[in-house]
Amino acid sequence: MRVVAAMSGGVDSAVAAARLLDAGHEVVGVHLALSRSAPTLRESARGCCTIEDAGDARRVADRLGIPFYVWDLASRFERDVVDDFVAEYAAGRTPNPCLRCNERIKFAGLLDKAVALGFDAVATGHYARVVEGPSGRRELHRAVDPAKDQSYVLGVLDADQLARSFFPLGDWTKSQVREEAAARGFSVAKKPDSHDICFIPDGNTRAWLTRRLGERPGELVDAASGAVVGSHGGAHGFTVGQRRGLGLDRSALDGEPRFVVSVDAPANRVMIGTADLLGVDVVEGRHLRWCGPAPSGEVRLGAQVRAHGEEVPATALVLDGRDDGADAVRVVLDRRLRGVAPGQSVVLYEGTRVVGSATISGTARA
Amino acid sequence: MLPAALEALTEQSVRVGNASSLHTSGRAARAVVEESRERIASVLGARPSEVVFTSGGTEADNLAVKGTYAAQHAADPARTRLVVSAIEHHAVLDPVEFLVAQGACVSWLAPDRCGHVAVDDLRETLATGADDVALVSVMWANNEVGTVQPVAELAAVAHDHGLAFHTDAVQAVAHLPVRFEESGADLMTVSGHKVGGPLGVGALLVRRDARLVPLAHGGGQERQVRSGTLDVPGIRALAVALEATVAMRDVEAKRVMMLRDRLVEGALGLGLGITVSGCWTSGDATRRLPGNAHLVVPGCEGDSLLYLLDAAGVECSTGSACQAGVPQPSHVLLAMGLSEPEARGALRLSLGHTSTETDVDAFLAALPAVVERARRAGGLL
Repeated sequence: MRVVAAMSGGVDSAVAAARLLDAGHEVVGVHLALSRSAPTLRESARGCCTIEDAGDARRVADRLGIPFYVWDLASRFERDVVDDFVAEYAAGRTPNPCLRCNERIKFAGLLDKAVALGFDAVATGHYARVVEGPSGRRELHRAVDPAKDQSYVLGVLDADQLARSFFPLGDWTKSQVREEAAARGFSVAKKPDSHDICFIPDGNTRAWLTRRLGERPGELVDAASGAVVGSHGGAHGFTVGQRRGLGLDRSALDGEPRFVVSVDAPANRVMIGTADLLGVDVVEGRHLRWCGPAPSGEVRLGAQVRAHGEEVPATALVLDGRDDGADAVRVVLDRRLRGVAPGQSVVLYEGTRVVGSATISGTARA
Repeated sequence: MLPAALEALTEQSVRVGNASSLHTSGRAARAVVEESRERIASVLGARPSEVVFTSGGTEADNLAVKGTYAAQHAADPARTRLVVSAIEHHAVLDPVEFLVAQGACVSWLAPDRCGHVAVDDLRETLATGADDVALVSVMWANNEVGTVQPVAELAAVAHDHGLAFHTDAVQAVAHLPVRFEESGADLMTVSGHKVGGPLGVGALLVRRDARLVPLAHGGGQERQVRSGTLDVPGIRALAVALEATVAMRDVEAKRVMMLRDRLVEGALGLGLGITVSGCWTSGDATRRLPGNAHLVVPGCEGDSLLYLLDAAGVECSTGSACQAGVPQPSHVLLAMGLSEPEARGALRLSLGHTSTETDVDAFLAALPAVVERARRAGGLL
């Protein structure tokens, strides 16, 4: 097959490209430029895809002897991922930009262009497995290495996208991949893993959001009593379950730690409370994305609400056509989860298979 | 590299000798450098003392722009302005931008829609006052669209105002009758690898009365304006390559022009909506470099065309310059008045001494399918 290997400049995508080539595919390396101006070699306007990363990717492609191109998806990334991220926070939600990027950039913008140019598929260095299911349909499964499993951020892929995706690393552990990179002589073999959000290089999301959205002083409100207990610089800087940055580590009343329990963006109010208020038994999600056939009726599945969070058994029910006409899913958790924020994604699993995902629109306690 | 140049390079590379040394092998190296200097001067219509060897075209351009500015500004602090064409290579543009960041100002000479700088435009720019100008710089032939500028007339206008004139002739030397003295330029850039010589060697031709402040200070090897141990093998190979290229220039230019015309007329006749960037006159090798074909393919991204053509065995360039790895629409095309989408769909094909009719026909045969594919991909982003 003719495959575009998305090459970030990291070790994983390098090995993924090499393996596809070994498997006999016709491989072309593509580095996505997601940011336009780069002040230095090590930083860019938004932290992702530095010149150094593009150079590392090119070096690997040269070593493999494959053509290499840089495709400019910066404006699309800005619109579909970065602006969406800001808008979600401004609305009091906590988005996961990696899922958006996979859904709209890597397996949409990149994949569509690749297909139009005559390629059959796109490959990335994500840790996940694509398995041929009983019906011959391709299924997305968790990676073998539980520490690196990235099936969560791929839970937005639909069956068509999955049919054109390769994840050559899903059967391997990270340390094996690093060893292989070293054995292949890749200069990126020891390159550190990327962490956090690529366009916020210093990891300080609140400061980054404040630069985008400005200071908007508001009230910190005790969720139990309704009393105003403090102030903050803008509700967008807070996420459910957050403890740091509240200006009060423990309440003077009871000596217990306080957490953000909800964010009321329109009123710019941050509600805080004790840990027991963070528990959630039911999550409801919108923007459903199914990796295969949509489940019907009540189904027993596993639910995971953050990238490296635990999976809990749950009962899911698809509710068709809510007030806005779009389908929703209600997930009743067997075990209470703490700190689940609207905007996060809930990914549903059947065994190791990814069934689909939804963006959490609301949570409830039983 | 031309075989004769390669031979000169390898032969000289095994000989010991620093041209600055006074011992026997040093003197031998010095003799090679000076002989090469004379040969280059002769071929380019200059005096030997006017040839300043550099590490290539970029260094020569930097020395011309920054060195002249510094010298003129030091002599007369009122001279803070540069008059430069908007279609220069980045080796000129970026030093200019650097000087602007240091407090200089610049008058850009915009090209017409064909990609030519008008002599009247320079005349008008200087008519309102030239006492603050440190340098006028206009390239001989553009590296992207291949347009040839009226260098001698532009130099004459600059001289009417007593101004120094620089021209980047890197693209011109291999294709046009470039003569330094006759051009009237005070400074002229040439580069080794564009004339079939080695990479990493070039020269700035500097008139004897031109004033320059050095960029790199040190041993003062080249007329006290360029320091650094001389690359004797590179210099010898440059001289050999330049002589060989100039000797076959007229014949080769005619041959390449006929290939270029076959390519352009063929592409225009495919019914794909392809146009030539700027103006097109078949058989023109004086206003446009004979080996340059620059096409605009509407509805396509240059990088898609590049990939598809490469897969079809055709090596070409887009109309874009890569900035931080990201293709940006060319400043040359934008300056000529092309829209950003047009500039994104530009395709540059260079024909040279290895090009054949078979190559041109293979390109024309591959083009329709390539354009169709690229258009499908182009509408998606």
